[in-house]
Amino acid sequence: MVKNAVGRDIPEEIAGMKLIPFKGAFAHVPEGRKAAPKLGYVASPDRRDKVIRGIEEAIKKVGLKDGMTISFHHHFRDGDMVMNMVLEAAMKLGIKDLTLAPSSTFPCQEDTVLRAIKTGTLKYIEGGSYRGKIGQAVSSGVFDKPVRLRSHGGRVRAITSGDIHIDVAFIGAPSSDYAGNCNGLFGPHACGCIQYSVVDAHYAEKVVVVTNNLADYPCTPIEISEQYVDLVALVDQIGDPNKIVSGTLRITKSPTRLKIARDAVKLAHITGHIYDGCSFQAGAGGISLAFTKFLGELLEKEGYVASWAMAGTTKFLVDILRKGHVKKVLTGQAFDTAAIESMEQDKNHFLAGIDHYAHVHGKGCLVNNLDVIVLGATEVDVNFNVNTVTFSNGMLSHPIGGHQDTAAGAKLTIITAPLMRGRLPIIVDEVTTVTTPGETVDAVVTEYGIAINPRRDDLMEKVKGSDLNIVDIEDLKKLAYRKAGIKEQKKPDWDDEIVALVEYRDGTIIDVVRKVKGLENPLDKIE
Amino acid sequence: MAYKLRRSRIYVPGNRPRMLSTCGLFGGDAITIDLEDSVAPDQKLAARWLVAEALKELDFGKSEITVRINSLSTPWGMKDLEAIIPTKRVEVIYLPKAESAEDIKQLDSVLEKLEKENDIPVGQTKIIPILESAKGIWFAYDIATASDRVVALSFGGEDYTRDIGGERTPEGTELLWARSQLVAAAKAAGKQALDTVHSDVSDLEGLYKNAVMMKKMGFDGKAAIHPNQIPVIHEAFNPTQEEIDYALRVMEAIEKAKASGSGVIALGRKMIDKPVAEKAERVLMIAYLAGMIKEDELPESIRKSIVKEGE
Repeated sequence: MVKNAVGRDIPEEIAGMKLIPFKGAFAHVPEGRKAAPKLGYVASPDRRDKVIRGIEEAIKKVGLKDGMTISFHHHFRDGDMVMNMVLEAAMKLGIKDLTLAPSSTFPCQEDTVLRAIKTGTLKYIEGGSYRGKIGQAVSSGVFDKPVRLRSHGGRVRAITSGDIHIDVAFIGAPSSDYAGNCNGLFGPHACGCIQYSVVDAHYAEKVVVVTNNLADYPCTPIEISEQYVDLVALVDQIGDPNKIVSGTLRITKSPTRLKIARDAVKLAHITGHIYDGCSFQAGAGGISLAFTKFLGELLEKEGYVASWAMAGTTKFLVDILRKGHVKKVLTGQAFDTAAIESMEQDKNHFLAGIDHYAHVHGKGCLVNNLDVIVLGATEVDVNFNVNTVTFSNGMLSHPIGGHQDTAAGAKLTIITAPLMRGRLPIIVDEVTTVTTPGETVDAVVTEYGIAINPRRDDLMEKVKGSDLNIVDIEDLKKLAYRKAGIKEQKKPDWDDEIVALVEYRDGTIIDVVRKVKGLENPLDKIE
Repeated sequence: MAYKLRRSRIYVPGNRPRMLSTCGLFGGDAITIDLEDSVAPDQKLAARWLVAEALKELDFGKSEITVRINSLSTPWGMKDLEAIIPTKRVEVIYLPKAESAEDIKQLDSVLEKLEKENDIPVGQTKIIPILESAKGIWFAYDIATASDRVVALSFGGEDYTRDIGGERTPEGTELLWARSQLVAAAKAAGKQALDTVHSDVSDLEGLYKNAVMMKKMGFDGKAAIHPNQIPVIHEAFNPTQEEIDYALRVMEAIEKAKASGSGVIALGRKMIDKPVAEKAERVLMIAYLAGMIKEDELPESIRKSIVKEGE
């Protein structure tokens, strides 16, 4: 075991994997070359031989075998049917020991994933998210080697460096032509874009586009081009349109959360990060959505025009674009129908590749050009380290998303969180798991006050004399403990066994997650 | 000139622990913990106990702590006072359905007794009567002058409309005379005037327009029933930048005139008389208390009159 730069004990090697302990947010310099799939060749002059009916046929034709790694994107969110169809077919065909490497998973996939583990079709999950019953299964120790949690940028890094080698990428596409040129913008199951799978398409050995909507050639705009696509599998449905996108996302009604969002906007404004020409990321989570709305109101009131924003895009950002208070919007993921409409209609609405967004092996990325980002947290500690991946009982709970990437890139990183959730303090002595290092976090906004990272004297100077309630993070913690009626933080009841490694975006290990004692294994409930 | 900022006060039902614990977070100039209309008769006892405990324990930030008790003519009013005054945290009692000077005198004497019993300086607890009947409005000046404890008159629009047999309208025509009478009575007595609630919580635009109008009518603040209303009310009641700039010029002219020993004070071609000077002082004091200008930007004469906490 070695102590890494955030003071966590990291094994040097585990289950045959050599680990590099986290050295600091910008300290690790990678070596080596990018990985790449085998050379292809344009096999047949028959222009329609890529199109296949049904998933089972596609699996057979693409040559999916025992032990291979398969990947999926999460643009259909809780309405996705593609991953389930592929896993069902693989189970039916008796394929074993697959590794699942999705960009994320959702509740609608849990039962199928667990059954695939139980039947031996899946032996490992690589990256993505470990929430719900999948998180519980991993935390109860179902896999014989630890899984690795990665950020959005970290997943791109792992794929481009060869840490994840995808054998077959199954890419759900709302529109595709017979040759595999495809996009997420059109069709009955439109989701806006399919940017999360672009890197899969570029690096996988084989690519199967799964669509229910065969468009005329060429299917434009081309998000993934035919040069990367082996097969086009035609199916009846790729998702449940009602769950793929929301009609309109609702802003939280909680007065305390609205206050947090308002104060975050105020903090960013007072410290000079919201100005005529600024850039920001607009999130779709509870407080982030309110932040976007209030930020829009501020831009309007001050007469500012932001230069650009990137986002999981929602109506609230589209409103700002259409009112002329942001010049350009770059979207990596669309959350509601207004976002999709805008991608189709607004000439200043563009796609943002996930590699371009956050990838550390690139030569530049969007996050590094952000003025301000607002992020959530499961816990924050007095060293400003943030946990997004485990509950306080130590069980895996949520994905990292773009948390590490944007925190590292933006000039001002604001964490917003209520002081308590129920009776649990959110500001603690030591986060259960470090996801994002405190050195990349500038301020924590709670309803009981704003704590500024002592590393940022410059910010401290700027908030002097403002009506913001600036407090010491130790005091926030004490207040939380007092409200919870505890003297010290309750630690998770962990076994020694490591079930998950939390990768920093550069591939080093920032923390480990251990098996939770006495946790029920959800596989036991599956017949 | 000691001025108390009372632009907003947020009503908090006395039987909602969660709201009690967070109501001080929203920057309202005051919180008004309610034991009256938002608490059903069979909940009065529990709410009174809860509020007393909350007053002992909770931090309400910088908000002035006020409680709306039940009217003293109900079986609960006296008990409310007996439970909350000993906590020594109540700064203002809102007295609902105040209709006569007698109502105020009665409350005054109960407060005096409780203050003495609890080692609280006599007269420390202030009173804001809520006028919400035709009679209350009619006797507004008598009510305002019935006790030195009275610091403001507050208006209750819903009950007043019912009492006069009128009907609520979006433009508030039915309330016009009552509001004007209340403001005139309060100001004649040297007290503040506070307006009724805007009950449509989702209509922030309507609230803003209404609050701006109330400011023009002479009100000093307005009640809120949702935290989202607080910043809107503040924006409406805060002086505008033009008002601040003008007030600064007025004060500068006054100081210049004083320095030169001139008895006539003029700004450009306009004479500055006492009301103009007083308004300028009030505007600057509100701007300072609202955090719109810093202490060192204030004219000397106003800076001297700032009462700091703890002084």
